[in-house]
Amino acid sequence: MDIYTNEGKKKLIKENTPRSTLGKNLVKSFLIGGAISGGGEALRILLLKIGVAEKQAPVYVSLTIVSIAAVLTLLGVFDSIARHAGAGTLVPISGFSNAVTSQAIDAKSEGLVLGVGAKIFSICGPVILFGLAAGVIYGAIYYIAISFGW
Amino acid sequence: MITDIILAFLFGGAVCAAVQIFIDKTMLTPARILVTLVTIGVLLYAVGLYEPLYEIFGCGISVPLVGFGASIARGVREAIDQVGAFGILTGGLTATSAGITLALLLGLAFSIIGHGKRRNIPKKRGIRPHSM
Repeated sequence: MDIYTNEGKKKLIKENTPRSTLGKNLVKSFLIGGAISGGGEALRILLLKIGVAEKQAPVYVSLTIVSIAAVLTLLGVFDSIARHAGAGTLVPISGFSNAVTSQAIDAKSEGLVLGVGAKIFSICGPVILFGLAAGVIYGAIYYIAISFGW
Repeated sequence: MITDIILAFLFGGAVCAAVQIFIDKTMLTPARILVTLVTIGVLLYAVGLYEPLYEIFGCGISVPLVGFGASIARGVREAIDQVGAFGILTGGLTATSAGITLALLLGLAFSIIGHGKRRNIPKKRGIRPHSM
């Protein structure tokens, strides 16, 4: 493609401008996010059928999705799906797993300790930190409440 | 059983679509969105809304990251019930340890196997330098 002519430039701009509208994004993220959740529910029902404890089943479902997302990230497939899915792959636990694995792989050239070891937490670190902080605040309120017998 | 899967599909999809609106309208970074979702999960559990929603929608609410936040809150509550005030500090990580450890371990293992090429360059679109 000749990028030095007007036609070539126009074509280049058209090809590089995101065309998808909000409506299209919404449908895609709904379908893919729904598929991950629905697939998870199917797996949970299956796990309950084979005798996994009620409390353990959702944990195994999350672990399965974490593993699949990590493998897809390793293979480079995850980004191609996420480009279409948007929030559809970010919001389920797959987004958390992808954030961990992709940051770790990207940081490989920076060394094992301060590269992979530090950068692996660059997105999941804040998630864990603020989740724990909110949990501790809730725990403190809950503890005070039951101590006073509320 | 089919109804459970459809309900999970609808609710999980709806959460993702709602977040998609936020992404498109506000340009929030993915990290901020994940942090917000986890915090919402803790809040939902704290006000007692998470458990009833989980009874209806199952993995529709536990698979999105709000489920992670709710696990932290549930872990804290159960630990306090068992060991008292000490549980405020131990409960959150104990309940989510499996997911965090697995994600981090896979990240470490795959960073050793995988090669650190940029995976987010679109294949067809975009200008490429002549020599990389």
